[in-house]
Amino acid sequence: MEVRVDRLCKAYDGKPVLRNISLTLTPGVTCVMAPSGGGKTTLLRLLMGLERPDAGSVAAPAGARWAAVFQEDRLLPWLDAAGNLRFALSGWDPARAASLLSELNISLADPKPVGEYSGGMRRRLALARALLAPSDLLALDEPFTGLDAENRGLARECLLRETAGKPVVLATHDPGDAEALGARVISL
Amino acid sequence: MLFWLAAWQLGSMALGQRILLPSPAEALVRLGQLAVTGAFWGSVLRSSLRILGGFLLACCAAVPAAALAARFRPVRELLAPLVAAVKAVPVMSFIILALLWVAPEELALFISFLMVFPPIYLNLLEGISRTDPQLLEMARVFRVPLSRRIRSLYVPLTLPYFRSACSLALGLCWKSGVAAEVIGLPAGTMGERLYEAKIYLETPDLFAWTLTIVCLSVLFEKAFLALVDRAMRKVGG
Repeated sequence: MEVRVDRLCKAYDGKPVLRNISLTLTPGVTCVMAPSGGGKTTLLRLLMGLERPDAGSVAAPAGARWAAVFQEDRLLPWLDAAGNLRFALSGWDPARAASLLSELNISLADPKPVGEYSGGMRRRLALARALLAPSDLLALDEPFTGLDAENRGLARECLLRETAGKPVVLATHDPGDAEALGARVISL
Repeated sequence: MLFWLAAWQLGSMALGQRILLPSPAEALVRLGQLAVTGAFWGSVLRSSLRILGGFLLACCAAVPAAALAARFRPVRELLAPLVAAVKAVPVMSFIILALLWVAPEELALFISFLMVFPPIYLNLLEGISRTDPQLLEMARVFRVPLSRRIRSLYVPLTLPYFRSACSLALGLCWKSGVAAEVIGLPAGTMGERLYEAKIYLETPDLFAWTLTIVCLSVLFEKAFLALVDRAMRKVGG
């Protein structure tokens, strides 16, 4: 599974955000690094087909399924963790979900709506949702934001194990992420 | 409440003419006398079925109409002038016009439908249109089927809009439905009883029937909203 990006350009209100970006996503983690406002989120959205490029192209295999952690958590705040996973994932495996969530220090049995979770818990749940989703490719936009050192380490371990063999594009501004994940780095 | 009952009593005593303003006790006594007759309950049942039938039909029509209007702009544009016209035209004009189209027995149902449809449709349309686009985009990326999106995303987010519309519409349907009966005079209905009370200057009857209509309206509003609240708790909205 590969995604080829060829001379991608995108501007908002005439202000260029991405200029002639070419890259190939292959299995493994690719970190996209840039300062805030540097076009990381735009690149991920273009890759997933959520926005159209002004020029250039994104070529992914037909029918390829993306899973994502968005810049925002995008959880349904009135549902609990299990409800959120049940909503987003078709044919989810509760035993696998419980095990992964437990590794990320979240209880699948917790009936509390996620709107009452802390920011870090919501982020870990959003990551778990992406890791558990049936997918061919993953786009992760700052997935470790708001996590303390311990949870960040656990999240990185889970990410590496659960995405083995899949192309993963991860937007970050933390060089430590790329190092810990053994990732290729693309600077915008 | 007690203050206004006392004011009513004092006003009635000051006027001293039951034909102009009977006392609360007289109205209640008359209501008690009516309530032990079969005709009273027959009228209540007939009117309630038609008025609430119109309300439920309007709900059933407004839900798919709002869903289609939110999704397809031409549907929204097609319905907009119709809904605006129904909102602006006086209910009496509709009642008189509808008398030419439908039998007096169906008038209350038709008018109740007409008065309820706009607020339910407009509120639902507002609720659907305000659904968080970021959550919709997330559902698209994860390829969440439409049925699940409706059940877990649209329904919880639009139920509060539906609730406030129902609260308004339930009052409207009783007022307009009974007004339609007073004009159309279908046999054995609350509207006909109100009309008779006016013709024969039976003011205590007028108050007793008005009290009945107010009680029914409040009762159905509370019962229906309790059902909606239960649904909202169930879906967590």
